[in-house]
Amino acid sequence: MARVTLEKVSKLYAGNPVPAVNAIDLDIQDREFIVLVGPSGCGKSTTLRMVAGLEEISGGEIKIGERVVNAVPPKDRDIAMVFQNYALYPHMSVYKNMAFGLQLRRKELGLSRQQIHERVLEAARILGITDYLERKPKALSGGQRQRVAVGRAIVRNPKAFLFDEPLSNLDAKLRVETRAEIKKLHLRLQTTTIYVTHDQEEAMTLGDRIVVMKDGFIQQCAPPLEVYERPVNKFVAGFVGTPPMNFIKCKVEGKTLAFGGQRIGLAGQHPGKVIKYAGQEVFLGIRPESLCPKNAGKFAGTENGISAKVVVVEPLGDKVDIYLTLGDNHADYMERLLVCRADAYEFGRIKANDIITLYVDLSRVHVFEPGDNGMNVTLSQETGYATA
Amino acid sequence: MSRKIFTYAALLMVAAIYIGPLLWMVSTSCKTSSEAVADPPRWVPVSDVYLDQRARGESLGKALPGEISHRASVIKENYYDKVIADPGFDFILYTRNTLIIALLSAGGAMLSSSLVAYSLTKVNWRGRGVLFAVVLATMMLPFTVVMVPQYDLFRRLGWIGTNLPLWVPSWFGVPFFIFLLRQFYMTIPNELSDAARIDGCSDLRIWWQIILPLSRPALTVVGLFAFMGAWRDFLGPLIYLAHQRTFTLSLALQFFQSRGGGTSWELLMAATLLVIAPIIVLFFLAQKTFIQGIATTGIKG
Repeated sequence: MARVTLEKVSKLYAGNPVPAVNAIDLDIQDREFIVLVGPSGCGKSTTLRMVAGLEEISGGEIKIGERVVNAVPPKDRDIAMVFQNYALYPHMSVYKNMAFGLQLRRKELGLSRQQIHERVLEAARILGITDYLERKPKALSGGQRQRVAVGRAIVRNPKAFLFDEPLSNLDAKLRVETRAEIKKLHLRLQTTTIYVTHDQEEAMTLGDRIVVMKDGFIQQCAPPLEVYERPVNKFVAGFVGTPPMNFIKCKVEGKTLAFGGQRIGLAGQHPGKVIKYAGQEVFLGIRPESLCPKNAGKFAGTENGISAKVVVVEPLGDKVDIYLTLGDNHADYMERLLVCRADAYEFGRIKANDIITLYVDLSRVHVFEPGDNGMNVTLSQETGYATA
Repeated sequence: MSRKIFTYAALLMVAAIYIGPLLWMVSTSCKTSSEAVADPPRWVPVSDVYLDQRARGESLGKALPGEISHRASVIKENYYDKVIADPGFDFILYTRNTLIIALLSAGGAMLSSSLVAYSLTKVNWRGRGVLFAVVLATMMLPFTVVMVPQYDLFRRLGWIGTNLPLWVPSWFGVPFFIFLLRQFYMTIPNELSDAARIDGCSDLRIWWQIILPLSRPALTVVGLFAFMGAWRDFLGPLIYLAHQRTFTLSLALQFFQSRGGGTSWELLMAATLLVIAPIIVLFFLAQKTFIQGIATTGIKG
């Protein structure tokens, strides 16, 4: 177990002037479960591979424990990695797959054959794969292969686990189950873990902290709920959460935001923070659950209604997702349909083509500067997040 | 149904073009020297005696036993007495010479080409793209172009008259096989070598313990191609081998054909069949792996 530190770590690929990873700093605590998340090409996998030693580091320094590992080959970094396609050796049995790494370095590690055998059996027992130790990977299902891949990692008892999109090849149901098992495993083994995924939901559920990346930069690094509730910029706000946050292009007019003949008032400290953008365009960010078709409770207020026409209603059981349009000029203000997640029992009867008013929970809205990476101007100044 | 018949007919016709000469060879090798040059040519080797008997109206039961024993003695004479056991033509020696060269070539081609292909696909190094292009470029050169400089090279090494020039080069990578194996290795996911690296494998070990076992079908193809190439190579032995004791089968066949001035077709065909038989047997034995190796599309973890 160990702390993993990245200092100004960069990766430049030959023939490409834009760094794949751009001088990122990351301090991963001992026993922490950290998730790197972002769209494809954001540099998350490259970062992981640099920690593993599979990719050379173009600049900066990586420390595992207190040791700088920049020039240390992968096998001597004391890490274990689980790959997206499992990367099990097809010609070896499950047992051999798990024991292979230990057998190779038996002398180095001072292990007897019996000890290796016991370690493999112990890992197999933890993962529930004891019954098929003699099988070849070909004879296993996707979920079983994934367990073997995890087993191969844990027998080594490494300083850190690296996971590279380990659940992407599993079907939705299995993915959720395996996700929980990985979490459980981490609670049990307490090994520092770096986990890469493009699935924000996976990131939210697994990570002690999540690191949102884009274009080789870290956009935000914080605990999941903080990233969800206090996204530093428009990209993070839009990336985390399903359905994604609604962004409405507005003009700042005094203490209100105006769009398409409608007007939303701002509450609390927001007007003071938005005032310097008077007359300019900004994006109003509202999570789907911060909208409600009823002016009551936390949605009660004045100047907090948006009138819109229902396009589609998607029932989810206890909740219902209502997709709406602001009218003929919708595209001038929003890239996607406006979406509201409401209580199904109360609002399940709303149907397409209804014109309804949605009330906004003004305490939970965000205002972003223009641009894809527009800063969240409604965050308190004292929280100094690193942004690109 | 009629479509199927048509397909089979077309396939049979094409197959006949290929198998015709082989059958003719088999037929000729079972004839006496006069039968071999009989006009009109006979597809089925039968003697004049037998044809006379049949023309006179003798029954099959009476004519056939004599013909069969005659044919058996002809075959024994052609194959054994006059080829294998011919004191002037050391068939066993030539087979051994050829086998040594073919096995060494195949082994060398498999090891060296797969090692080069491994480095071209699984190891990142500067200039590997250029080197691969160079490897491909050497494939475009006809043998006749490199023949003379190569001869000069081996002459300086003092290898003329030995079998070294015939098998040593294949231990230094064969372009076509490198290409073939590279394409195959590209279908093996890189994560496999990454995982092995983390497990503590050096590149050599990854190649030997992970990649080689996974590439058995492709390696079989390389081995067979190299073996067959060396087995039937004629020009190489002709250029480099000087003494009759070192001859390979193909070269010896040429020698066999031209000794004594004229050509005994039935003996030449018998000798030729003996030479190609091992390859045909080998192909049938390895056929499944062979086809699989050529048509292979990849493996899934």
